[in-house]
Amino acid sequence: MALQLPIYMDNHATTPCDPRVVEAMLPYFTHHFGNAASRSHAFGWHAEEAVDTARAQVATLLGASSPKEIVFTSGATESNNLAIKGVAHFSKDKGDHIITLRTEHKAVLDTCKRLEREGFRVTYLDVDARGQVSPDDVKNALTDRTILVSVMLANNEIGTVQPIAEIGKLTRERGVLLHCDAVQGVGRMKFLVDEMNVDLVSLSGHKLYGPKGVGALYVRRNKPRVRIVGEQDGGGHERGMRSGTLNVTGIVGLGKAAAIATDEWEKDRDHSFSLRERLRKKLFDGIEQIHLNGADDPWRHPGNLNVSFSFVEGEAMLMAIKDVAVSSGSACTSASLEPSYVLRALGVDEELAHSSIRFGLGRFNTEAEVDFVAELVIRQVNRLRDMSPLYEMWKEGVDLKSIQWEAH
Amino acid sequence: MAYSDKVIEHYENPRNVGTLDKEDPTVGTGLVGAPACGDVMRLQLRVNPETNIIEDAKFKTFGCGSAIASSSLATEWVKGKTVEEAMELRNTELVKELNLPPVKIHCSVLAEDAIKSAIEDYRRKQAARRAETT
Repeated sequence: MALQLPIYMDNHATTPCDPRVVEAMLPYFTHHFGNAASRSHAFGWHAEEAVDTARAQVATLLGASSPKEIVFTSGATESNNLAIKGVAHFSKDKGDHIITLRTEHKAVLDTCKRLEREGFRVTYLDVDARGQVSPDDVKNALTDRTILVSVMLANNEIGTVQPIAEIGKLTRERGVLLHCDAVQGVGRMKFLVDEMNVDLVSLSGHKLYGPKGVGALYVRRNKPRVRIVGEQDGGGHERGMRSGTLNVTGIVGLGKAAAIATDEWEKDRDHSFSLRERLRKKLFDGIEQIHLNGADDPWRHPGNLNVSFSFVEGEAMLMAIKDVAVSSGSACTSASLEPSYVLRALGVDEELAHSSIRFGLGRFNTEAEVDFVAELVIRQVNRLRDMSPLYEMWKEGVDLKSIQWEAH
Repeated sequence: MAYSDKVIEHYENPRNVGTLDKEDPTVGTGLVGAPACGDVMRLQLRVNPETNIIEDAKFKTFGCGSAIASSSLATEWVKGKTVEEAMELRNTELVKELNLPPVKIHCSVLAEDAIKSAIEDYRRKQAARRAETT
């Protein structure tokens, strides 16, 4: 079978909708278009029923004890905002301290920064060279004023998985709530709220082969019962936690995506993992001076491969493999001209941060695609190295660190 | 980043990639930028001391597509020019020719710096040579 170009290997950015999800959604655009809040006619009842089904499907995926613990949102950014601000604003009489990690997603970090401006105190914990936080550091950062710890399941750039269950044990002991941004891991690895000791969980439809514009927040109702303040005022939907007409079509899609993930996550995990390992082996066999960014298994997202090719700048690399959709931690791909804050938090050399490429393998990638990409990457790394002064100097045995570079 | 066709053309078919002998007294080498900033350019010129004309130019660049294109175009432009003419080359001309977006202007600045730095190196070598022979 001929390969279709371009090839999509950026499954951390977004995933395509599974055709089964699209099929489930279609009737809700045209036939069952009712407002789930309409109580007076069949259109509304049908929509409400569909939402209830989806709620149960998401609850099952997370191992929640009740569908009532699922609040639908517009996506993970909103879920993260709602979880963190919602807990902070509800618990401000109890405490004013929040703990999170330097490598969290901006939706968490910037939410925390806003709360700091409101007077809350936030501890941003460091991670080790693999991107992992030490549970001891969490333990030591907990104070009597701590109300919330927010730690992501898997990092979107480097794929490092955090020891959530262990952190959850610590927060449980201290009666502190634990929020987990599980966007990148849920459906890809085993993640059950009771095993993980988490109290709030954010997830997103479009990272799970569902549609964009829909997400969910799990809010534990029992032991402990989590209370949050809704951040958006209106009709009091979602038990007052999230006002706004429900995106029934999107919710049906998210539900279906969750149901598929519940049934197939092991198959899915094995598939992306074997492709990632195939790609990793080919690249590491074919390229010298290649570095893995992030943790190794079992603390790595099964579909994530983040590598730095020394002496080759990331954006030039992206241009060289323009038939492959991947992303880079290079400054040149960002508007700010700053290299990835996640890689810097790991202490990765700035040069290597500029040289990083993230591959995200997923449900719809194939071995043929991996083979094509590996061959292309190897060829292009060699081409770019042939025009890299750094590579030439390294080959001559020059210690690049000994040179007085004039930064500009 | 949406680049102009010219950037892509230079990036895909860079002119004058290579290395000249940096010990050669007629070769000037400019090495500018820093790995930590994500771009390093090395530009080398071979000058005919009799005519003062740049007879060859080579580059190697670690950097994004526009840094590679800027250095490729710079080597093309300085070839055949006198050293004095090459000193007059401004980064704004590279920006115009390559239609660089504002966020990439520093790549053209780097190319201008690399030319100047190579010429200074050449002049230093020539001055040292004259000092030796007199």
